[in-house]
Amino acid sequence: MAEQKNVQFRVFRYKQGDQAPHYDTFNVPINERTTVLEALQAIRRDQDSTLILRHSCHHASCGTCGMRVNGREVLACVTNVMELDTPVVTVEPLENAPLVADLVVDMGPFYDTFTQAHMPLIRQSEFLPESEVAEGVPYHMRFENCIECGLCVSACPVVSTDPEYLGPAALAAAWRVVEEPRGEDPEQVFAWVDTEHGCWRCHVAMECSEVCPSNVNPGHNIMALRHQLTKRKLSALFG
Amino acid sequence: MRRRGLVAWLNPRGRRVGYWAFVLHRLTGLGLVLYLIIHLWVLNMLSQGPERWNDFVELAKSPLFLVLDVILLFGILFHGLNGIRVAFVGMGIGADQHERLFWAVSLIGALLLLLGAWGFFTV
Repeated sequence: MAEQKNVQFRVFRYKQGDQAPHYDTFNVPINERTTVLEALQAIRRDQDSTLILRHSCHHASCGTCGMRVNGREVLACVTNVMELDTPVVTVEPLENAPLVADLVVDMGPFYDTFTQAHMPLIRQSEFLPESEVAEGVPYHMRFENCIECGLCVSACPVVSTDPEYLGPAALAAAWRVVEEPRGEDPEQVFAWVDTEHGCWRCHVAMECSEVCPSNVNPGHNIMALRHQLTKRKLSALFG
Repeated sequence: MRRRGLVAWLNPRGRRVGYWAFVLHRLTGLGLVLYLIIHLWVLNMLSQGPERWNDFVELAKSPLFLVLDVILLFGILFHGLNGIRVAFVGMGIGADQHERLFWAVSLIGALLLLLGAWGFFTV
């Protein structure tokens, strides 16, 4: 028999027109396989149908259910409640994005910046020595790692203080265009990031890489951009 | 939501080593700027004659002041050594080992701090 228990969820609530946000508390029966997303869906189904949240794939490939659980950015669909091991689970929306309601934020500004990197979504995949590439296919391909969930932007302390900062997601995408152009112009990317609010604005907190659920490692990518730009500037200075 | 205000960057829940290094770096930097202002003001006492300066030196030898000196030394060491780490990582050198680099400079800093504290209280 699966272990079952009741866990208290403290959920951020806000609707347009409210004077201020508040938290509602719910007791939710969970077992060892229950995810935070499933618990929130149970709250919405059984206790409060006005709870607003966003979700889609339920398996960490779409990035839709990004939120903060106990202060930390996660994908709720793959966050196991029992493994959190806290008597109360606090659920809040992502930071650094305009709040729509409850656990839903407006991702528009995120995409406005992210798409300026012009990162193609298809990349070259790692070579699998035991497989052969099919006729007519130049190489193995797959989707880029980034699922555009916004967790890195929420976790970044610099985004909190500088609204013009390009942010870790866009900068990570910019580096991917440099690494693998796929018809895009890396020089345009370098010009875009080599600014006060571009890659130089990062203060190396590296929380972006800590919270990324998809192996993008934005911190590494930002430093890679800075490395290339530093080499260029030194070459220009000293020949 | 976008956090606002002078401490919008201070959001410690659920954060890891790199974030805490960033926070401490900011706080020690602000502390060192404040110390510099105080230090210049103290040095100004030199222009007010030997009595004024000697009074200050007596205060500076007191145990409480020596403790403050140790705190100052911590600030200098942390900001300096972590600053070297940030400079290298910030140029793309060792970015994936940033956490190990942090513990390495922290170890060096801790040893220097102990040495310095011992010197303050014994010399």
